[in-house]
Amino acid sequence: MMIETQKISRISNNQSIDIDNIILLVYTDFYDTAIDLFSHKENHCLSYFAYRDNDNLHFIMAVADDKNHDIILLSHLLKLAEKKELLSLSEKVFALHIFEREIHENFGVDFINHPWLKPVRYPHNRADKNLQINDYPFYSIKSEELHEVGVGPIHAGIIEPGHFRFICNGENVLHLEIQLGWQHRGIEQLFLDNKHNLKLNLLAENIAGDTVTAHATTFVQTIEALANKQVTEQIQLERALAMELERIAIHTGDIGALCVDAAYHLGANVFGILRTAIINFTQLWCGNRFGKSLVRIGGTYFPFTEELKTELLEVLVKFETQFEEMVDLTFRLPSIQNRFDYVGTVTQKQVQLIGTVGLSARMSNSERDIRVSHPNSAYQKFAYQTITQKKGDVFARFLLKKKEIRKSIEWIRNLMDNYTFDVSKTEKPDYNLKLQANKLSISVNEAWRGEVCHCAITNEKGELKHYKIKDPSMHNWKALELSLRNVEISDFPINNKSYNLSYCGHDL
Amino acid sequence: MIKEVIIIKHNGKQYIPDLRNVKLKAPFRGKPEISNVDVDEQALANICPLGAISISPISLDMGKCAFCGECAFAFPDKIKFTQDYKISSNKRDNLIVKEGETNSIVFDNNAIRKEIGTTFGKSLKLRQVSAGGDNSCETELGAAGNANFDMGRFGIEFTASPRHADGIVVTGPISENMAEPLQIAYDAIPEPKIFVLCGVDAISGGIFADSKAINRNILKEIKVDLYIPGNPSHPLTIINGILDLTR
Repeated sequence: MMIETQKISRISNNQSIDIDNIILLVYTDFYDTAIDLFSHKENHCLSYFAYRDNDNLHFIMAVADDKNHDIILLSHLLKLAEKKELLSLSEKVFALHIFEREIHENFGVDFINHPWLKPVRYPHNRADKNLQINDYPFYSIKSEELHEVGVGPIHAGIIEPGHFRFICNGENVLHLEIQLGWQHRGIEQLFLDNKHNLKLNLLAENIAGDTVTAHATTFVQTIEALANKQVTEQIQLERALAMELERIAIHTGDIGALCVDAAYHLGANVFGILRTAIINFTQLWCGNRFGKSLVRIGGTYFPFTEELKTELLEVLVKFETQFEEMVDLTFRLPSIQNRFDYVGTVTQKQVQLIGTVGLSARMSNSERDIRVSHPNSAYQKFAYQTITQKKGDVFARFLLKKKEIRKSIEWIRNLMDNYTFDVSKTEKPDYNLKLQANKLSISVNEAWRGEVCHCAITNEKGELKHYKIKDPSMHNWKALELSLRNVEISDFPINNKSYNLSYCGHDL
Repeated sequence: MIKEVIIIKHNGKQYIPDLRNVKLKAPFRGKPEISNVDVDEQALANICPLGAISISPISLDMGKCAFCGECAFAFPDKIKFTQDYKISSNKRDNLIVKEGETNSIVFDNNAIRKEIGTTFGKSLKLRQVSAGGDNSCETELGAAGNANFDMGRFGIEFTASPRHADGIVVTGPISENMAEPLQIAYDAIPEPKIFVLCGVDAISGGIFADSKAINRNILKEIKVDLYIPGNPSHPLTIINGILDLTR
């Protein structure tokens, strides 16, 4: 079936559209159109959410179209007075399971035939206040031979909280279920409660402290699209540079963390040291090792300069020498290979079924990368070529991190060699931008974990009416669960670290 | 084996020998200083979305400050951020920097319980609990133990179980969903024990202070032994704060 063009609206990344221009479909049409869209491999769901609009629940689905390099918008309405029941799409398109669960939890909409309609994060404004986080309905198997292992919410290391429930046969894990929500801070509601644009900017930086520049960039692009504000080319390049530095730093830290779990202390220490060099450069640039305060609406107080360029190139030369020397040894070690190879495999078929994004898709030969499919002007000017791995196991993720670090350095070098930074080409932040009324804007960026997507809707006064954040972890936690099937429980840490997914980004 | 030795040689000495006297470079933002210059006080206070700035006289509360630097950009003659990273204290009020004052942030030594020095002066094992933290303070607490900062040289380390710990370090604004697990972890630590708040979110709720999804009731019952400001707290701030409290 061909999709009738009058049923869908199209929009480019980092643009806005009149909310009235998004075609409203009756649910049966919405359902059929969505099924048809997702039957094509090049389409995947960026976000699917609902918000209260007078007497209705207004549903918006944003679908990334990799072939046309744009975003398809679909919408439908449900009268609040009506029975809140819809036929589940997840039954046919499993990747949508988490979005329908979220809508169910927030608004009490029942999705008929949803395979797994469980709470997502126990938000403070959930539809059913009787549901308590301690009563999560875990999947269980009645058996004499099997036992369950519960871990968390507080874990052994210095990491965020989440609960992991394993069903094991001896040492072997048959099933893992991950329960999140412990980190919920009510961020999306705070975006609506506050009118101070700087405060919103700070909120965006605190969505996930390891993805500061990606969330902040996605936020400012969403707001700038609503205000019809075009920032200078240099500002856009600086934001992309900050995101690539974030990627290098976190991937390097992850490689070190995996070495810790394989009891390879030299690697753990050296990769830790290398990560420090990168985040200390970010501190030299903006005063904060994580890039907080760098990305601002309309511009920045910390323009990149030719002096910083000289410094960065020196840091990178040193980094590369030490990094190459260390990876050469680490990736050849039989003890590392033995530990990571063929462990925690998620196949290409599985990643497409569950709809993972970013590194968690590229690990299994699924070319999903916003820098290539929906590039903003920075990646249009300085193109990035995606790399993938085939096997989808811990080693594939380990290897991909290494390769992506090299690729990001290459991208940065290209930028440094071919662009002259100049303070006159920059702009100061502007917190008084006026947002257009009755608009929807959407922005998506490839953060180090995968795509970060923000979507904002304004009311008739040009105030934020709804703000929807999606961290790539929303899609990717399912991959960790699948990785653990038929894996020894002692291999959980290396699997967990190989993904390094976000708790706070998921819980919001 | 030879390759390993070469790598160790190339990496050289990575640890910072004197963690008490490191010079950080601008634009790192540590302790702010407020001059006596006359400005539109209300306009200055309004800049801060976290309500860290109070007027008549002007003061800046580092327990509420995200160190974003916006006030200093708008009023460069009035507010300046120095690179002084020793900004922790055992007393909440000591985090407030007042107009015209340039002295360092101090501890109220009389308020430090005696057993803290005698019991934890040479060895301190801590349990970290993230309660709505954004993973930046958590990462910096981890970094405090890495090859560069090497907090372990002082016998200060993080443990896996609260049963093995001498205290708790909280990050995050304390989400409603984490309030109970945090209480359970605290209760599981044997006496004597210390309670540390790390980062602006933990100290005051930070940007999440007005959220309905947080629950800070635990702070009504427990006396806080150490406040470590920052967004996130720098490893040097963390280590110096703990050292100043315990020895």
